Amino acid sequence: MLINPNEILETIRMVKMENLDIRTVTMGINLRGCSHPDIEAFNENIYEKITGYARDLVRTTEEVQDLYGIPIINKRIAVTPIAIVAESCIAEDYVSVAKTLDAAAKELGVDFIGGFSALVHKGITPGDLKLINSIPEALACTEKVCSSVNVATTKAGINMDAVALMGETVKKTAELTADRDGLGCAKLVVFANAPEDNPFMAGAFHGIGEPDCVINVGVSGPGVVNAALRELVNPDLTEIAETIKKTAFKITRMGEIVGREAARRLGVEFGILDLSLAPTPAIGDSVARILEAMGLERCGTHGTTAALALLNDAVKKGGSMASSSVGGLSGAFIPVSEDEGMIEAVNAGALSLEKLEAMTCVCSVGLDMIAVPGDTPASTISAIIADEMAIGMVNKKTTAVRIIPAPGKKVGDSVEFGGLLGRAPVMQVNGFSSETFIKRGGRIPAPIQALTN
Amino acid sequence: MASSRFIITVIGSDKVGIVARITMVMANFNVNIVDITQTIMQGIFTMIMLAEAPQEGFDLQAFQEGMEAEGKNLGVEVKVQHEDIFRFMHRI
Repeated sequence: MLINPNEILETIRMVKMENLDIRTVTMGINLRGCSHPDIEAFNENIYEKITGYARDLVRTTEEVQDLYGIPIINKRIAVTPIAIVAESCIAEDYVSVAKTLDAAAKELGVDFIGGFSALVHKGITPGDLKLINSIPEALACTEKVCSSVNVATTKAGINMDAVALMGETVKKTAELTADRDGLGCAKLVVFANAPEDNPFMAGAFHGIGEPDCVINVGVSGPGVVNAALRELVNPDLTEIAETIKKTAFKITRMGEIVGREAARRLGVEFGILDLSLAPTPAIGDSVARILEAMGLERCGTHGTTAALALLNDAVKKGGSMASSSVGGLSGAFIPVSEDEGMIEAVNAGALSLEKLEAMTCVCSVGLDMIAVPGDTPASTISAIIADEMAIGMVNKKTTAVRIIPAPGKKVGDSVEFGGLLGRAPVMQVNGFSSETFIKRGGRIPAPIQALTN
Repeated sequence: MASSRFIITVIGSDKVGIVARITMVMANFNVNIVDITQTIMQGIFTMIMLAEAPQEGFDLQAFQEGMEAEGKNLGVEVKVQHEDIFRFMHRI
């Protein structure tokens, strides 16, 4: 036989036992041709374009899944940031645009649609402001719409007016979805250095440098890395890095073939493969468990940042050898609610918000899916965002905050979102005030690292 | 996807007639066996076939459903996957 039987069985085991899957096939669609002063006409234009371009997305993705026998969990759409394309509309707010996106997503049968977004790292235009002010209601009255706001870049610095505004926006979004434990906040992410081709939610949007339509793919696979490490007998850390690299190579190759075939069948350009390790609430499919497999008693203890740095780097090295189209976020994710090992580490008292912040210095992407007490002030949420943005800005990397001030909940409680979003234990925040600092507004200037020319 | 070759794996407890009944379904769909290997690994029957489907008029979904249904009757798990996924994953 031309293919080694052991390799065939290894692939089958990865899928069946270790939760290997393609997390998402995301179609990026440019909406720049849809602008119109009449918001109803604009909404019609975007509905037509999205449902036209993505008509066959779900069916084709399912055919590719059957062809290769590799599960594809989500089908998603990312569009041009709505603040850009809706700016010419004469309208008070953009809630109707979010409803249109939601209707298009439901018509197509996709899981999420991203791009209810604004890029405000250097300043806020009238359209950006309308979009940000529309976010709480938009996320409360839609199911599938995801929103993101980029408030910092290494080149521009941190727009602290936008950071202050986003603290308030996060709070309002939680309040308007209080009946669902603040679920709206799980669909809202604040970025530094947001990538233009990220297929993962909630932060996916179709960047302004992208083609008219593109297919981007996000792979998963923490369970496979975890299982591979646990098979090693008393390895040193060099061997561990080597094993992660090899495993990441295989996962990435699988994502690449699936993405290329889906793009070919849809007649659309293949964009990038995002080789992030994206955990799920399934037992063992956990980034925390990989760190523990390296020898830490619990994720979050001393040594966690070093272990995560090793993991993140080895994943990138294996993945970049496997594909020439690596992009998006590409690194290990550490979303607390979506990772059973992280949840247990928080419950055991091993993992704190401060440690998570340190971990985001060496991995993708940031403080992700973290529940905090419902009475946390907006200024504290803004300050948490500002810290994370500073890490991204100075280290020339993407960082993000997706935080849920769970209404009516306190430390020790937990919030349940279900599905891939999982369950988040409410974590302690620092009780001292940051209000005066956040109120100052203005801009934190771009760091010296920005002067590269 | 260049070829129409598939890897068929049959995994489960050994019993009389597995090969006969699985290959009968394949014959009905005009699917040819290119190579076949069979072992008992840790007491579990494992058969792997490289098979070629006809270039035209081949309904992959119906074939997969037919194979899975026969597998269910036999109490074994049958998977039909395009060969490229294995080549691409393990080879440069």
